[in-house]
Amino acid sequence: MRHVMTAEDLARATRRIAHEIVEGNHGLADVVVLGIPTRGKPFADRVAAALSDIEGVPVAAGSVDIGMYRDDIDTRPKTRIGPTELPEPIDGKVVVLTDDVLFTGRTIRAALDALTDLGRPSAVQLAVVVDRGHRQLPIRADYVGKNIPTSLGERVSVRFEEIDGEDGVWIGTEETT
Amino acid sequence: MHEVVIRNGSVLTSEGIIEADVSIDDGVVTGLGGEIAEGVVEVDAKTCWVGPGFVDIHTHLREPGYEWKEDIASGSAAAAAGGYTAVVAMPNTEPAIDNGPIARFVAERGSTAGLVDVFPAGTITMGRAGETMAHIDELWDAGVRLFTDDGDAVGNAAVLRLVMEYVAQLGGVISQHAVDPSLSLAGYMHEGAVSSRLGMYGIPSAADHVVIDRDLELVRATGVRYHVQHLSSAGGVERIAAAKAEGLPVTAEVTPHHLMFTEEDVASTDPDFKMMPPLRRSEDREALVHGLTTGTIDVVATDHAPHAALEKEVPFEHAPDGVIGLEWCAAVVNGEVGLDPVTFFDRMSTSPAAIAQIAGHGEPLSVGASADVVVFDPNQTWTPTTSVSKSRNAPYLGRSLTGRVRATIHDGRVTAGGG
Amino acid sequence: MRHLLSTEALDRETLTALLDDADEFAEVLTRPQPKVPALRGKTVATMFFEPSTRTRMSFEKAAKALSADTMSFSPGTSSLSKGESLKDTVLTVRAMGVDLMVVRHKATGAPWRIADWLDIPIVNGGDGAHQHPTQALLDCLTIRQHFGTLDGLRIAIVGDIRHSRVARSDIFAMSALGADVTLVGPPTLLPIDPDAWPVDVSHDLDDVLEELDVVYLLRVQTERGGGSVFPSLAEYTTRYGMTTERFRRLKPDAVVLHPGPMNRGVEIGHDVADDERALVLQQVTNGVAARMAVLFALLGGDTDA
Repeated sequence: MRHVMTAEDLARATRRIAHEIVEGNHGLADVVVLGIPTRGKPFADRVAAALSDIEGVPVAAGSVDIGMYRDDIDTRPKTRIGPTELPEPIDGKVVVLTDDVLFTGRTIRAALDALTDLGRPSAVQLAVVVDRGHRQLPIRADYVGKNIPTSLGERVSVRFEEIDGEDGVWIGTEETT
Repeated sequence: MHEVVIRNGSVLTSEGIIEADVSIDDGVVTGLGGEIAEGVVEVDAKTCWVGPGFVDIHTHLREPGYEWKEDIASGSAAAAAGGYTAVVAMPNTEPAIDNGPIARFVAERGSTAGLVDVFPAGTITMGRAGETMAHIDELWDAGVRLFTDDGDAVGNAAVLRLVMEYVAQLGGVISQHAVDPSLSLAGYMHEGAVSSRLGMYGIPSAADHVVIDRDLELVRATGVRYHVQHLSSAGGVERIAAAKAEGLPVTAEVTPHHLMFTEEDVASTDPDFKMMPPLRRSEDREALVHGLTTGTIDVVATDHAPHAALEKEVPFEHAPDGVIGLEWCAAVVNGEVGLDPVTFFDRMSTSPAAIAQIAGHGEPLSVGASADVVVFDPNQTWTPTTSVSKSRNAPYLGRSLTGRVRATIHDGRVTAGGG
Repeated sequence: MRHLLSTEALDRETLTALLDDADEFAEVLTRPQPKVPALRGKTVATMFFEPSTRTRMSFEKAAKALSADTMSFSPGTSSLSKGESLKDTVLTVRAMGVDLMVVRHKATGAPWRIADWLDIPIVNGGDGAHQHPTQALLDCLTIRQHFGTLDGLRIAIVGDIRHSRVARSDIFAMSALGADVTLVGPPTLLPIDPDAWPVDVSHDLDDVLEELDVVYLLRVQTERGGGSVFPSLAEYTTRYGMTTERFRRLKPDAVVLHPGPMNRGVEIGHDVADDERALVLQQVTNGVAARMAVLFALLGGDTDA
């Protein structure tokens, strides 16, 4: 496994993304941060904490699960449904979706479907720790921690203290995972 | 050159088991022991028991009336495959065997098939309705010796008492389906832990006991020979033991399925475990095995009860009662009870023939005796996958059994196996 | 999990996973548009050989909330009345392109038979007096939502346990989730030989009343098995009914459940049925969420993986 982002790199990227969110939205008045379980959620929490630091107001992060919205339900192993929790109604808000890795774009498509069922945001923006390429749908991220060109056989592993016991990003081949 | 020669078997004779060759010609045993010349048909009986063909005093051949389940020819073939040379056909046909002409019809169809001797049983009451006496004299004259309303107990004690008196003076036997109709009416299986868990209405062992207790009182009053069909409970075995100790003319049978299975098997809700009386607790099964070993239970009877596949392809509660057993009964008795050969032939052949008063069957082999013979290998293990019967409602299919019929010879002719 | 036929074999982990999913689906049902695309393109057939409007509607609502198509079968209007066998009936419906069947039948074991004949998941919607596993899930979901857990709760199931598939399903599910279950009723309504069951047994409701967290009342039916099973409805109510007086003696946070339909004035007092601690309507709502969890577990994802 190749170590491509240290804990410090991850923290710096998170702070930078928070600044970009504040700058891009002219403040936080209408911003709601929602993570996609599993690892989009701790990232959402980190981004919310950074936003809170920058603007000096409390920012809560929620989650939007995509288990009920996947387009590959028939073929992938059954996954558990994660929580969908909105800290406030999203109608008319700017939703910042967060996830660990942007890859084919299908997860984000499912999340956009889920958001449509949950309300009508004025805009949806996407923040990811790693963009590894290989998109299958016309989806792009607004905020990216690090662009990492990969081959299809590689696996990108973003780890968070809350879930994995350590922070950072690693790349390995399928065999080594 | 003999017609049939059975080589190297352990042969049941009046002197016990001997190692000997047996020759058969013109339907009788012509040689037993010593040097025996070659046969046209040679049966290798090495490691096998050779004895009188089995006699089943409880077979449902279904003809007339239910030929889609079984007929006399197909049932006879199943019997021959299972080592039988004589069967008693139960009278719950349509019409029921409650008069002489129908009894003669069944016997003649048996002769035509020619694979086993078929002895019809007669009903106790007309149409098995439990109300009026069947044509007992006609039936007697047609050769019927065993009277039963099998499928139903005779519920009315007054009716039963009168028929008992009538049959007693003839010397026949009353064979009772000892399951109380009201206690079994709503039930589908043994009432106990498993039925409770399945939420299925049960049939308590008491359903058997109340009928046996009542009937024994009537036996004391009438002196009739009384036979209890398909014992299913430890309490039933105790009652038969007590009646015998008292000196009453009482006999009893057990089926192969009650020797092998218990209520636990019903938990699968597979209709091939549905029968009357039901499979009961493992303690009951043990009491039945013990009763057969000690002789409290006189005979094994198959209660071979064919039902077409479509009739059993339904939920358990909707399935008809009964399973087939002719082809595997000897193997089940051998594997589950483990009798010595003398006792084995007594329970499978000699005692059944005596109870049903069937001459020419069930006797140890001797020169000059009728050649109704079975060659049974008690050591062979095998797994049956199909049946000769028209029906397949057999819980034995797909299970390993120990003991297999190698050949059946009826009236000197090989009717099954032998190759 | 290939089928859902019984709660007997379900362990705590499986039950908890189903209840966790059901909680998420309960959230879906509160949305302005209470529907998700999870089972789009799938077809669920409700095969109710024994009539039941409520359970069928609940399953159909659950399937539709997951975007599955539904088909329904009723014996009264079908070729069963023309003599078609059960096996041919289900093979025929399967051949129309059905992905899952919900089966209700008055004969014990019928869903198992059908599961043997078909190659699709079968959900037992109630067989005889045997099992009704989705009822147990919705009951446990309702209790868990109220107390947070079933661990250590004292639950009494009161009434005709002997003839109740609801009781048989609840007993195993509740006890697997850590509750202490007591069966309460006269001897003629208690199960025969319940020694192997994870329960206590009492003939006296008043004796256990004040220790209970949950009172689960079963529906009373007077005629069973060809004979009467208790002397009269009035006597039943006197001994086993959740009257207003008994309700007052319960712990302050104890709740009352009932699978419906209720006989007000018999097993449950009129006022008790309308009290906020009678969770009967919450059970009904949770029935949809619990059934969504079951359908999603059986059809959502490659279950062999």
